[in-house]
Amino acid sequence: MLKEKRASDIQKTLAKYPSKRSAVMPLLYMAQQEYGYCDDNAIRDVAEILGLDPTEVKSIVGFYTMFHEEPTGQYVIEVCDDLPCALRGADDFVAHCERRLGIKAGQTTPDGKFTLRTVMCIAACDRAPVAQVNTEYRYALTPESFDQMIEELKGQDIK
Amino acid sequence: MDKHILLRDLDVPNIRELAVYQANDGYAAWRKALTAMKPEEVVAVVKDSGLRGRGGAGFPAGLKWSFIPKDIFPKYVVVNGDESEAGTFKDHQLLDNNPHQVIEGTALCAYAVQANTAYIYLRGEFLEPSRTLQRAIDDAYAAGLLGQNILGTGYNLDIHIHLGAGAYICGEETALLSSLEGQLGQPRLRPPFPAVQGLYAKPTVINNVETLANVPPIVLNGAQWYRQFGTEKSPGTKIFCVSGRVNRPGNYELPLGQYTIRELIDMAGGTIDNRPVKGILPAGSSAPILPASALDTKLDYESMQAAGSLLGSASFVILDDTVDIVWAARKMVRFFKHESCGKCTPCREGTHWAMKLYDKIVSGQGSLQDVEMLGEVANSMAGKCFCLLGEFATSPILSTLKHFRPEYEAWVSGAKTPAGASFHT
Repeated sequence: MLKEKRASDIQKTLAKYPSKRSAVMPLLYMAQQEYGYCDDNAIRDVAEILGLDPTEVKSIVGFYTMFHEEPTGQYVIEVCDDLPCALRGADDFVAHCERRLGIKAGQTTPDGKFTLRTVMCIAACDRAPVAQVNTEYRYALTPESFDQMIEELKGQDIK
Repeated sequence: MDKHILLRDLDVPNIRELAVYQANDGYAAWRKALTAMKPEEVVAVVKDSGLRGRGGAGFPAGLKWSFIPKDIFPKYVVVNGDESEAGTFKDHQLLDNNPHQVIEGTALCAYAVQANTAYIYLRGEFLEPSRTLQRAIDDAYAAGLLGQNILGTGYNLDIHIHLGAGAYICGEETALLSSLEGQLGQPRLRPPFPAVQGLYAKPTVINNVETLANVPPIVLNGAQWYRQFGTEKSPGTKIFCVSGRVNRPGNYELPLGQYTIRELIDMAGGTIDNRPVKGILPAGSSAPILPASALDTKLDYESMQAAGSLLGSASFVILDDTVDIVWAARKMVRFFKHESCGKCTPCREGTHWAMKLYDKIVSGQGSLQDVEMLGEVANSMAGKCFCLLGEFATSPILSTLKHFRPEYEAWVSGAKTPAGASFHT
């Protein structure tokens, strides 16, 4: 249960707001860290802590792209293919990522290691092509640096 | 400009550290305001400076602050760091490299309107910048610059960071407030305006990160000092984000109205391979595209408007002659379709149908009738959407049809992409 596992984080978060409900997004981030994605258990935990209906929490999960409704790979690689990045080769770069990982954007590798997604602008157009790996920026990527990154991540186990 | 006012990390190494920031006038404005200025005086100097909102709307910041009713408590300050407009990455640099100036500006705004709590709303993808900012906030607390009884004056201020979770619409101020309250990030009807009933239905100032970063130097040096930069109606400096087909994409801080689009592109190293400029998007996907004939337009709010577009957040995406305009417009419409919050029908349905038409055109199945229909869809959205997102979505459609119609006609006549264009579907 999230309530027990993250008790002090939850207390700190609730103290930031005059209304409990404001903590729904920070708590969903915590639940996602604990459960891997926002499944029904995660949603029920958050709803119970905040005194909300699980349906309301589920609607929040559905509204925002960063809450995952399905299990993901250990590393979620999100490549921007919006216009400014695409003007600097992002479309070709995404095609390279797909070939390297052997999956299409939106899919997860069979070993559960990598999920590849394309995303809208992530505010780093000056360093395109750009991606985030579990929400950490990787700037000015090339096919070579991407391949190298994949090799490094393959040897690590974070979740 | 000799020295930057906002991107001070370019002049002062490690200004992100509290000690370095303080050794370079950091928090001097904060001390001055708390110990020697009344809240109204802080509002007055910001009003006199003519500082306009840097998030896109260009609304005078001091005027916004003056709308806050004096007798209703609590009041809130909310900082908009949702920075999600395609082509915009200025707040990102400020948060990463000059976070104390953002904190100091936020604090000055809070003192000016007598709020004791401020929330800095950052887009969820700014997890790393949020860690830098949180460290800076913690350091400011430890130095007695935030918290209870600041500098012994009896004034209290808490600053909290709130992370979004991936929704462009949350950059719209009322949607941001809804999101911060734990509701869906959808816009609210105005009035009531946030100044009267904002966060938790209390008086609230919402300003962009860059807007507030302007405040410490204004309070420290005065309105007249600030007005030496920029023009009468667009005072001060602005960060211009340059991206796309240029050699040195990046942030360029310039006095408003002093330089032209052409000079800005030159500062960014010119276009790649010196190709001719074909189109300029001055505010990411949200403002009308300008053709190359607008290259000598001055970089200020009024001149950009006179040229048929908007300065907005000043995120200049540069397109050269290798770019297929229909491809670019489709990318932008895809963005708005993805980001439409679904609240109002014209935006939700309009972006959906416009995308269908683009897909049909670039699949080679389109006809002239479809091109006409695109214009009709956009025109039936214009002026009818609940918030500006829907209005913005019409910009790439209508402005590319206006300036680059032959490219659409080429696609539906079977000629497809213009000869030489390497960026195409």
